[in-house]
Amino acid sequence: MSAARALDAVRAALERDLAPGALVTDRAELGTYECDGLAHLATVPALVVLARDAGEVRQAVAACASQGVPFVARGAGTGLSGGAVPVADGVLVVTAKMRRILEVDVDNERCVVEPGVANLDITRACATDGYYYAPDPSSQQVCSIGGNVAENSGGAHCLKHGFTTNHVTGLDLVTPDGEIVGLGGKALDSPGYDLVGAIVGSEGTLGVVTSVTVRLSRSPEAVYTLLAGFPDTDTAGAAVTAIVGAGLVPSAIEMMDELAIVAAEAAVDCHYPDGAGAVLIVELDGPRADVEAGVAAVERCCVQAGALELRHARDDAERAQLWRGRKSAFAAVGRISPDYIVQDGVVPRTALPEVLRAIGSLSAAAGIRVANVFHAGDGNLHPLVLFDARVDGQLDGAEKLSHAILDLCLEHGGSITGEHGVGLDKRGSMGAMFTPEDLDTMQMLRCAFDPHGICNPGKVFPTPRLCGEQPGRRGAAHPLVSAGLAELY
Amino acid sequence: MDAGVGVDALRDDLAALSARLGVREGRPADAVDGIVPCLVVSPTSTADVAAAVARAAASGSAVVARGAGTKLDWGRPPERVDLLVDLSAMDRVLEHAVGDFVVRVEAGATLDRLGTLLAAAGQRLPVEQVVPGSTVGGVVATGLSGPSRHLDGAVRDVLIGLTVVRADGVVARSGSKVVKNVAGYDLAKLFAGSYGTLGIVTEATFRLRPLARARQVVTCDLSGEGVLAVALSALRANQIAASAVEIDRVGASEPIRLAVLLEGDEEPLEARVAATVAALGHATGLAAIRSAPTVPTWWAQVPGPVTTKLSCAPADVPDLVRDLATWAARHDRPLVVRGAAADGVLFAGCPATTEPSAVGALLEVGRARCATTGGGAVLLRAPVATKAGLDTWGPVRGLDLMRRVKQSFDPGRILAPGRFVGGI
Repeated sequence: MSAARALDAVRAALERDLAPGALVTDRAELGTYECDGLAHLATVPALVVLARDAGEVRQAVAACASQGVPFVARGAGTGLSGGAVPVADGVLVVTAKMRRILEVDVDNERCVVEPGVANLDITRACATDGYYYAPDPSSQQVCSIGGNVAENSGGAHCLKHGFTTNHVTGLDLVTPDGEIVGLGGKALDSPGYDLVGAIVGSEGTLGVVTSVTVRLSRSPEAVYTLLAGFPDTDTAGAAVTAIVGAGLVPSAIEMMDELAIVAAEAAVDCHYPDGAGAVLIVELDGPRADVEAGVAAVERCCVQAGALELRHARDDAERAQLWRGRKSAFAAVGRISPDYIVQDGVVPRTALPEVLRAIGSLSAAAGIRVANVFHAGDGNLHPLVLFDARVDGQLDGAEKLSHAILDLCLEHGGSITGEHGVGLDKRGSMGAMFTPEDLDTMQMLRCAFDPHGICNPGKVFPTPRLCGEQPGRRGAAHPLVSAGLAELY
Repeated sequence: MDAGVGVDALRDDLAALSARLGVREGRPADAVDGIVPCLVVSPTSTADVAAAVARAAASGSAVVARGAGTKLDWGRPPERVDLLVDLSAMDRVLEHAVGDFVVRVEAGATLDRLGTLLAAAGQRLPVEQVVPGSTVGGVVATGLSGPSRHLDGAVRDVLIGLTVVRADGVVARSGSKVVKNVAGYDLAKLFAGSYGTLGIVTEATFRLRPLARARQVVTCDLSGEGVLAVALSALRANQIAASAVEIDRVGASEPIRLAVLLEGDEEPLEARVAATVAALGHATGLAAIRSAPTVPTWWAQVPGPVTTKLSCAPADVPDLVRDLATWAARHDRPLVVRGAAADGVLFAGCPATTEPSAVGALLEVGRARCATTGGGAVLLRAPVATKAGLDTWGPVRGLDLMRRVKQSFDPGRILAPGRFVGGI
């Protein structure tokens, strides 16, 4: 059957089965779903389903499965790797309207939510009980938990408290053949394979999550934030090494370099220390006595490494002031450059000073400015590559530099993404980090869930695997390629 | 495989492949839960493991991997064992990036030796040796965690990279050696606790924690399940950030021993110990709450010889402990119940002479309390005759998907066939 006829059949089935208003067919409205947070990767989907419950998700997926029509799940659309970019001849299943918090179970330290619930709303729902939801991606006000599960989202505080995968104990999943399967639960260990662990971070390629059971964490007795200004990133990096080497485990260690500080000052007047070539923000949480001892130790590390100035925050208002520049940094770069690329790479933390110097050299050689804002504690870099799209060749140059930075990360044994995901954006880089055998093995998992390759096709992997094929024996063109659902590169 | 001829061919094949494999006949001491393997190889590298598995796959021979062999009889007995791959010679620590708190180690290295090496650098892998002699590969394959999981997470949470040999003998890696990484599927999660049924883990990379400068253990004896519930609630409500909360009960009518591990720097630790003692005293009304710098003798040891793992929603622990005591009284069997009370992961141990029907009843009791919240009661270790008539794994959520995963990774069912859930 042609793609158009298959789509017509899906549309007819969904018009019949879904509640009025759940199916979007209007061209203009469809256009609003063409991209996620990575706006330059855009495709208008053929249909959008605004699901209101798990049953509607199941109906949408089952309709697609019966016709072999591809589908893509989307939460709040804040992702930064094009993981939720629709397929032109496919259906976009939006879970943003599924916003019910199904259960706050403080006794078990769990919360059961629908995938459209915003990350921060979980914390809001349990804060009065003295709990919070630990993973805190910077978009936590708006990003949805379904998207967090897909991307295994981290955040500034995952250094101590872990990623989404460490905080999800159960899932309901609509499989790519349209069945609802419950996995895990409130208990930590379930008999059998850890499918919950395999699904978290699979970027929406194994099914659509319709319910998530997360762990709630006891709020710490004390939180303390320090800001230290340094002459340069080398001295700031030395402080980070000293802090971690001293056996301290801060909840966050963030760094900004000179250009990032300049941008933040221009945008939000954060009044970071004068003349600082680098700023560190170190946050500690836990029992009060431990935090106080930790703060003293962090101060010593910073001073010995050559800190120019130290500032302290003891309450939420003071803390917000210290974080203001850091939290505004991405947007602030817009003040000093018309366009920029946000890169996301990881290096072993001890390689940070060397890698930052190398980025500096690349930047100087290319004549392209790079601002660095990053999670220093776990080596997760976010270089912001600045350019002006109106000037011929600048976009190209910026993209080349951005790729060169990823190569640098891999040379140091790091990763092409620490938290933004591979999605559509970085699938071409997967082959630089993994061998064809590694990728083939990952796709064995995908084949178990999605043998027909209809669930978020074209994401994560540079080359789709024909399920059931013998590895290394590819002859005719892949059916996904022939069908125009994927391309090879 | 066709017994005899196939094994002979495989033996010749493996011998011709490399003298390093040290191929030999299986002996009674090599038995996997009562099944003596036809052949045993002792590879010294991932490439050797891959070569051996590729040969075995070509002849459809069943393969089981062994580290120290301390948990080989966990789960169901495999249907057949043509080739036992002994990984104990692969015990190198390949890379310890001290400043990055990361270690990459071969599967045959023991936790004991790894722990000694890491401790010299002031670091530790937060996975206790709850079965003496365990290797890295063994704890990954069984997903076996100890008291540290309360604060630092289970094996799955600290495993950041993996090298495996697939059922077709292909070597594959996932993850990396950096602590933060979301590139590609997290196959380490899938392999942790897969009992050797998806591939043979040959190397693992872990994130590490600093060794605490000081530790104190707050202990008290609780008279029953009611006061246990009160004590656990008090600990939950408190902000003491305990490293571990463990219980131990020997026999149904004995008190429940509670031990709370607190770690940190010497001076601030005193304040937390005091807060913990006060919170427990206030909640339970007990005067005898002690603290000591050492863990109790029963700490971090899986009880046996018949061992059942129970995983439930944390707040159900007191009820589960009561149910188990009722079982012990009814069947007049001494039952040791021990484990991570605040996390809902307990182990129960009873004598080898416990009648199969009684063990079956124990599993039913556990499942009634655990299965509704996604947990379970799994009979890990028991005499083969006891296991034979029992559903050792119990109900499994998502079993159909798991079968599909197995089919995808090991279509010929050569890796530990029959050992895992649903006969996988």
